[in-house]
Amino acid sequence: MVSWLSGETLRQRAWDAAAGVVDPEIPVLTIADLGVLREVTVGADGVEVAITPTYSGCPAMNMIALDIELALARAGIAGAKVRTVLSPAWTTDWMTEEGRRKLKEYGIAPPQKGAGRRALFGAQTVACPQCGSTDTELLSEFGSTSCKALWRCRACREPFDYFKCH
Amino acid sequence: MTSGSITVSETPLVLYALRRADDALILGHRLSEWCGHAPMLEEDMALANMGLDLIGQARELYSYAARIEDAGNDEDRLAYLRDVRQYRNLLLVEQPNGDFAHTMMRQLFYSAFADPYWRAMMGSRDETLAAIAAKSEKESAYHLHHASEWIVRLGDGTEESHRRAQDAADALWAFTGEMFFCDAGDRGLIAGGIAIDPETLRETWRATIDGVFAEATLAVPGNDWMQKGGRVGHHSEHLGHLLSELQHLQRSFPGATW
Repeated sequence: MVSWLSGETLRQRAWDAAAGVVDPEIPVLTIADLGVLREVTVGADGVEVAITPTYSGCPAMNMIALDIELALARAGIAGAKVRTVLSPAWTTDWMTEEGRRKLKEYGIAPPQKGAGRRALFGAQTVACPQCGSTDTELLSEFGSTSCKALWRCRACREPFDYFKCH
Repeated sequence: MTSGSITVSETPLVLYALRRADDALILGHRLSEWCGHAPMLEEDMALANMGLDLIGQARELYSYAARIEDAGNDEDRLAYLRDVRQYRNLLLVEQPNGDFAHTMMRQLFYSAFADPYWRAMMGSRDETLAAIAAKSEKESAYHLHHASEWIVRLGDGTEESHRRAQDAADALWAFTGEMFFCDAGDRGLIAGGIAIDPETLRETWRATIDGVFAEATLAVPGNDWMQKGGRVGHHSEHLGHLLSELQHLQRSFPGATW
């Protein structure tokens, strides 16, 4: 533990280290981009990092927690605790602009904003991340991971993943 | 840890969490049985995804039940080391997958309840249950949407798919009444604002079913006699077989990890 650092400096260093951890399933996004990283606190027991799962059964969470511990250890902060918080529930609206841009460059259509409960199943306009056309269609609401749906572009004929609203 | 079964002190709140956890685990396990067998790849992934959501919900609920029971149990012990008579899930969710229409009908019946249920539970005075509800509600919305679309497609599809969808509805209908089960312990939790009265969801549930069935050109079964027992551990023969597979590893190699 780098105990000679002041609380705020330590907290910032811990945040920076944790913020660099990437989603193992979408390695172009960091947990900060995703909005999964909620809070870093420094208390009497040391550093605690709070994360929130995207989906209840997201299998990436265990690996993310382990990666955070390792990232903090590499930054000289040993024995950090990772806590999972459920409330408030994660929403795709927490994804940063930077995250949306990176996602699109990676070939995954970013989630639409304003993921209101009833907007989930309204008419959706999803632009193809390859050619930008909005002449696209849903193939399946469930894709290769919990957070994605499978779409197809009618213009360039390419199938693509869409990070669905949640 | 031993391979023997554990005992659980079922206070009303522990039991309440366990019942919902068991629903989610058993239905999630049933859906996982489709993995590699679904009629097409997209559906294989959809069923596995829904199973994953449900097992995730189960983990949160088991962990919470173990925490409030405070007797040294945890999510794994509750899932792997209780016998069939200690399981508290709805009879509906343990029913075998049958054909694809059976699986989707079971999912529709359950999700049409789970969706408004979790939304209502977001207002629970129990912070953990409210937080679990907030996550589960979004997931169940997708499950309900998916099952509804399939039932419309099957019911309003070919003669064969219509017949199979109707058969599934007729076979599973008697298991739907148990979703509205409520005992004395539950009533205490309802009075305390921790649980919601399932009876308040009956109209919503029925309206969802009526709407989907009308579009699917299916007949809502008319029989009102309802089978129950799952909530107090009286199960159909199917659950024991399911558990023998689900629990096999921990029962054969107690405490195994990897």
